Formats: sequence, C-alpha cells, structure tokens
Amino acid sequence: MIARPFSRRFLLQGAGALSLSALPFGRARAAGSLTVGFIYVGPKDDYGYNQAHAQAAKALKGMPGIEITEEERVPETNAVEKTMESMINLDGATLLFPTSFGYYSPYLLAEAKKNPKIQFRHCGGLWSDKDPKNAGSYFGYIAQGQYLNGIVAAHASKSKKIGFVAAKPIPQVLNNVNAFLLGAQSVDPSITCQVIFTGEWSLAVKEAEATNALIDGGADVVTCHVDSPKVVVETAARRGAFVCGYHVDQSPLAPQKYLTGAEWNWLPIYKDFIASMQAGKVPQNFVRGGLADGFVKMSPYGPGVSEAARKNADAVKAEMLKGGYEIIKGPLKDNTGKEIVAAGKAYPEKAAELESTNYLVAGVKGSV
Amino acid sequence: MTLDIVQMVLATVLAAATPLILAGIGELVVERSGVLNLGVEGMMIFGAAAGFAVAMQTDSTLLGALGGAAGGLLLSALFGILTVGLAANQVASGLSLTILGLGLSGLVGASYVGVKRDPAPHLQIPGLTDLPGVGKLLFGQDAFVYLAAGLVAAVWWFLWHTRKGLTLRAIGDDHVATHALGLHVRKVRFLSVLFGGACAGLGGAYLSLAYTPFWSPGMTAGRGWIALALVVFASWKPLRVAAGALLFGGATVLQLHAQAAGLGLPGQLLSAVPYLATILALVLLSLGQRQGGSLAPAALGRVFTPSR
Repeated sequence: MIARPFSRRFLLQGAGALSLSALPFGRARAAGSLTVGFIYVGPKDDYGYNQAHAQAAKALKGMPGIEITEEERVPETNAVEKTMESMINLDGATLLFPTSFGYYSPYLLAEAKKNPKIQFRHCGGLWSDKDPKNAGSYFGYIAQGQYLNGIVAAHASKSKKIGFVAAKPIPQVLNNVNAFLLGAQSVDPSITCQVIFTGEWSLAVKEAEATNALIDGGADVVTCHVDSPKVVVETAARRGAFVCGYHVDQSPLAPQKYLTGAEWNWLPIYKDFIASMQAGKVPQNFVRGGLADGFVKMSPYGPGVSEAARKNADAVKAEMLKGGYEIIKGPLKDNTGKEIVAAGKAYPEKAAELESTNYLVAGVKGSV
Repeated sequence: MTLDIVQMVLATVLAAATPLILAGIGELVVERSGVLNLGVEGMMIFGAAAGFAVAMQTDSTLLGALGGAAGGLLLSALFGILTVGLAANQVASGLSLTILGLGLSGLVGASYVGVKRDPAPHLQIPGLTDLPGVGKLLFGQDAFVYLAAGLVAAVWWFLWHTRKGLTLRAIGDDHVATHALGLHVRKVRFLSVLFGGACAGLGGAYLSLAYTPFWSPGMTAGRGWIALALVVFASWKPLRVAAGALLFGGATVLQLHAQAAGLGLPGQLLSAVPYLATILALVLLSLGQRQGGSLAPAALGRVFTPSR
C-alpha cells in the first residue's frame, strides 16, 4: 500500500492539529448531516472481512443527510485511537464503527470515555453493561452460515476430512470451526475437521502454507476465518480442493471449486444505527442477528454442489430462517473428551454462552 | 500411500527452506567479506514486489526472477555505496535498508495486491518425476529450488577452492593486512554486497512467483531476519546454511502439520516452534564454540577506510 504522507493520524500528531480542528476552515459539512466513520484493519477490497463492511459503507453514501469518512489498514494498536480522534476532531464524526476485533479494548473503550457525546459501535461480541454507555457492539450469527457450509462440504468430500484455516482461537472463530464440523457431521458423523491457527487476521504466506498443509493432510474441502479468504480460496482451488467461502462471495476467485459461502450483510445493522441517530435516539448497545434478520446470507451454489446437497442445505436454511435454530446441542463433548453440553440441553443462536466459547467439539483435530 | 504423504511433506519443507537458502547464502558471502548487512528483510521484500511486478508486465517467470534479483541488487548497491564507499555505520545502514525496502515494496506492489498468477513451472522428467517416494522430491521441483542447491555448492567451491574465495575470506578476517598486501578490499566487499543483495531479492521473488504465488505487503514475514540468524547458526559455512534452512523450513511446515494432526498442543506454541528451534540451535552452537573462540570473520562489521 502507498502510505499517505499526511493521513489523519499523522496530522493529529502535529502540535496544532487539535486547535486547527476548531477553526472555521475545517471540512465543510451540510447542516444537520450525520458524519459516520468507518475504520478497517485491512484494505477495503480484500475479498473478505473489510470488504464486507466497506460494501455496506458504500451503500450508505447514497443516503440523504449522511457523510461517510473511512480509513483502511489501521493496525490494532494505538494508531486506531489516533484515527478515531481525527475522525471526531477533523471530520466531525459523531458515530464511529471501528470494525476490527482488536480495536475494542483498550482503544475504543479509552476513546468512548474521553468522548462521551460520540457513539462508538464495535463489530464483535465484546460490549457488556460495565462498559461506557456510548459504546456498544454488533455481530451476526455467521456460525449458521458455516453450519450450512459444512453440510455442503460433507456432500462434496470424498476423503471425509475437511479443513479450516483460522486466525485466532477467539469465541467467534471457534464457533465457526465447531459449526462447520457439526454441519458436516449432520450429513456424515464420521467426518473430521483439521484446523490450523495462523495467529494473525491477515498473514498471506502462512495462510497459503496452512491451506497446503491441510490438503497434504487429506482435506479435500477447505474453509476459513481470516480477514481475507482470497489466499485460502485460490490456494485450495489450485491444489484441486473444494472451497467454502467466508465474509463475502469469493466465487469469482475459484468458479469451479467454490461450493458456497457464509457472507455478512452489514447494511441493515448500519441503517438501523444511523436511523436511531437521525431520530435523536441513542443506538442500541448490543445488536445481534442471523439469517432470519438478514445480517447473514449465503453465496450462490457453485457447479460442484450436488442436487442432494442443495436440498439438504436449503431445508436446514429454511429452519434457520424461522429463528432459534440450535447448532450446539447435547450431548456434546469437546475434542479432549470433556462434556460441554449435557443431554437435553441446547444453545440457540442468541445464547450468551456462545459469546465465551473456548473449546473445539469432538471431531475437530486441533487445539485452542 | 504413506510414502507419497512423506514425499509431499518433505517437498513442502524444501519449498519453505528455499527462500532462506537463497537469502542466507548471499548474506554468508557478504559477511565472509567482513560486511554486516542487516537489510536482508528489506531486500527480500523488495525483490518479491519487483519480481512479481516484472513477471506480470512481461508474463515471464524467468524475467520476474531476474527482476527480483535486480531489485535486491539495486538496494544492496545503495547499502554498498553508504557502507563500503562512504564508510557509514553498517548496522544503522542495514536497518534503514530494511525500512526502505518495506516502504518501496509497498509502492511497487500497490497495484498488484491480490492479482492472481500461475506458479513457476515444476520440472517434469518422464520416468523420473513419477518415481515412487522420491520422484517429485528430486525431479519435480521448480527452478528456484535447483538454483538454491546449485548456489550452495557454487559458493562452497568458490570460498574454499579458489584463490578469489581465499582473498574474500582474508579480507573478512583482516582488511588492514590485505589492503597492505595490495588487495582491493573495497572492490571485493562491494561486489560481495551486490551478490548478497541479488540473492536476497531472488529469495523474495521465489516467495511471490513460486511459493504462494502472489504479492502481498509484508509477505516475507521476518524471513530476512531468520536468514541472518542462519548465517550465524551455520558458522559462516555454506553447507550448514542449507542444513539450517531445512531445519527452519521443516519446523515451519511441520508445526502446521502438527496443528492439523491435533497433537493437543496450543497453536500459539506450535507457531513459535520454528523460532524456538532457531534460538536453541544458536545457543547449542555458542556453547560448543566456547572452547575454540568465535568462528565469525574477524573484521565483520568493522568500517574500512584505506590510509591515504
């Protein structure tokens, strides 16, 4: 990326930046317009997490009375604090969406305390009522999408081994790994899933190495939870394995090998937050939704998906669209043999317990 | 079937070791001449970007590889002018070179992020490549792998079996005495620096043209620093650089396979294995050398200014 020599955060570090922002020659804004700031950890065109948010931000630009300010490739360090401050002081943003997981603590929390009149909404399941009231979080039950990915993967797999390239062993990622395998095991209980954690949201070479290692280990269908699935999708397809996508539709990257994918649809959430702000209300602090709420959607089926797989996945999807679908249900053990859900107990998508998942289910080869 | 899996894993180990061999063998020559270039990471990443850019523009992997080598050579020339020509501090110049290389690679590679390209072709010899167990490993690699092996042999031969190699080693051990004997210290060092830069650039080009193959900012991910450590680990001996690179490449690949196999160890710990292996090897090596003193070139890192 070409570094901008005078990006907001560098300007802000200059001695006069804060005083300049108060002067009348700041950026001109329409009276009564709402300025919304989006902050991304990676590039906006990453075929992944950041692109999913950026697509929603782009759609918002056409709405009346809204100004959008964006900054991409902001690391999960105090650099994000500088970016938030500059969006507030230089751009006049009153609603901020720092989208990356690592932005929340301590950076967003510190800025929320410093700027009580500004609303901060973070993507992830981290907000609790102990946190500032002008902060909040939103997320989607995308594990539902990964469960459907798993169903389709099971139908396509000949080796009965599926693979998962994961970034970090946090609850959201672990829920996706578990859902992917449980979806596959709903078709064939003998299927196993190998998982490799790269340790970073975006580490292209290691993602390629991990994908190759999974395929070398016998996996013939691969999915992932990293910021940009592009590398995983292309590497797997080149090796002849099938792929299930994540974040956005990656079918253009591997038209023949792409089965389907779990996609985000952030636009309804952002519209809801903005509508609250425009009505003079405080946006909700804790927002969740899945397929039924339109927060999550599935990519179209690829040519490698059989008719039986389509019917199976569509039937489960129809159940999910009714709401309250239970992926994690007992009796269920983790991959160390410990019981995690007793018989007769189940966690629907809204269950708070899923926000603190710290296990991999039986059948997943890997460690937290 | 098991033999095929072993062969596949060994092939990936070899692939992971190749960029380290290329960069490490170049840095070994540089350090043998008495110059410490800490800019390997910068030259590598710039080589990766330049190589990919040239390959995309010309649709030629060969020209891309040459472009990567030229990119590394260009940065090393700058380093050589500063440290050999102008007697600047080698540590500061090398670190600056890494930062410069990272920045320039972002500039050169900006329009190539996410662009797809077919990997460098692999050797196909009917009857040999298909040999069970060893065929693909020995006769099914890409040209970079064979070039890396050839470079190790060539550098070993050059340093220990030629007069010019002896001259280079002598300059690395005592630049004052060799200068007094009428040897061209600065010329030899400058050429060594250029060779090291070309090798580092080639190592970077391998990553973007064969190993992945794509361009991504920061894709070297510390491999340049590992190459520097390998030279020390290898006691400045070419064959040991290759062995060390295979050890590190093996640790890199095997920790991924270990994760996938579900050994019950945390992924974070397994990810640290390659680096822990390198540190452990260096510690064991230094313990073994306590008796015999340092094996490093005696004039390594020392600035040479010829008396007027």
